[in-house]
Amino acid sequence: MLWNLPFITVVVLTFIGLVTVLLKKNIIKILLGINILESAVNLFIVALGYREGGVAPIFTLAPSELMVLPTPQALVLTSIVIGVATSALVLSFAMVLQKKYGTVDIDKIRRLHG
Amino acid sequence: MKKMLVVGASLLIMAAFFGMIALNLTFGSPRLTDMDDYFLRHGQELTGSNNECTAVVFDFRGFDTLGESTVLFCAIVGVGLMFRKMQGGEEYEDE
Amino acid sequence: MRMSKIVRTAADILYPAILIFGLYVVAHGHLTPGGGFQGGAVIATGGALVIVAYNYKEVTGWLKKNVLMGQEVIGLFGFIGVGLLALAFGQVFFFNYLAGSGSLFGMPVPYGINPGELNTAGVLPLMNFAVGIEVWGGLTIVILYMLSGLEKEGC
Repeated sequence: MLWNLPFITVVVLTFIGLVTVLLKKNIIKILLGINILESAVNLFIVALGYREGGVAPIFTLAPSELMVLPTPQALVLTSIVIGVATSALVLSFAMVLQKKYGTVDIDKIRRLHG
Repeated sequence: MKKMLVVGASLLIMAAFFGMIALNLTFGSPRLTDMDDYFLRHGQELTGSNNECTAVVFDFRGFDTLGESTVLFCAIVGVGLMFRKMQGGEEYEDE
Repeated sequence: MRMSKIVRTAADILYPAILIFGLYVVAHGHLTPGGGFQGGAVIATGGALVIVAYNYKEVTGWLKKNVLMGQEVIGLFGFIGVGLLALAFGQVFFFNYLAGSGSLFGMPVPYGINPGELNTAGVLPLMNFAVGIEVWGGLTIVILYMLSGLEKEGC
């Protein structure tokens, strides 16, 4: 079981993130769970593109000619930036909600103004 | 009490499902590498850069980077809209 | 309530060094690991250091919100503009029209493992600069907005 340790880490992180998003009642903890899920998915995509004994795909003074696949790294770059944007937006929502309602408990934020 | 039992049983089923997926994947030998072999072999003469990741991000897959820049821009405009000050001392928008 | 003099002096000395290192990471994106997004995040971290060391009234004296917002807009439209300029040369959108030609960034690259040259890779350094300026302005202005939301009287 030690030869696919990255994939077992992905499964453990996905499980922790999913349990946190579903079962917690504080907005900040739910946001942390979303971040853990995002990290697990990024690790999964990068671990899919590994070749045994390969180096980084850069030709400037490279140690050998056997390189890992460059396409998953490009996809993960985009995904990390989108995670940053999501976290910034949810944090600003949490700040404005705390100012209006006095609490960040999602069971108590239920009124719609109209 | 019953709610905790139902939640625990469903979490156990989810954990078993994920565990079966994790043990069946191989690490270190990807199966379909035709596109990336083409990128690695012809990337230097087509784009002229030494860094293959930057060449893939900005030249071979430039549309994804365009979409990502637009998403970042819209999220920052959204953060700027949340912290805006109302004019004339009113508190809600439709008063 | 202010930070002590040691913290303020250290932030003053470290900020130009972080700025130059971030611009180096952005400019050498086609030779070493790095690029637009990574370098922009490094520079925004330097901005966060200055914001933590001083209080809010002094920071809005020299980091204005209009300038940072203008930086972000210039970054995004510069990125699209570099892509649209390829239509003027008769090719498709986002075509690399400067690679291998003799002009601005157009030296041809020898095949295989080589020590890198800065003059190569066509359109890619221009795109790296545009995205680096966008991420710098964007991440710094998010921190400034969140800090202004904590004040009693708003922005």
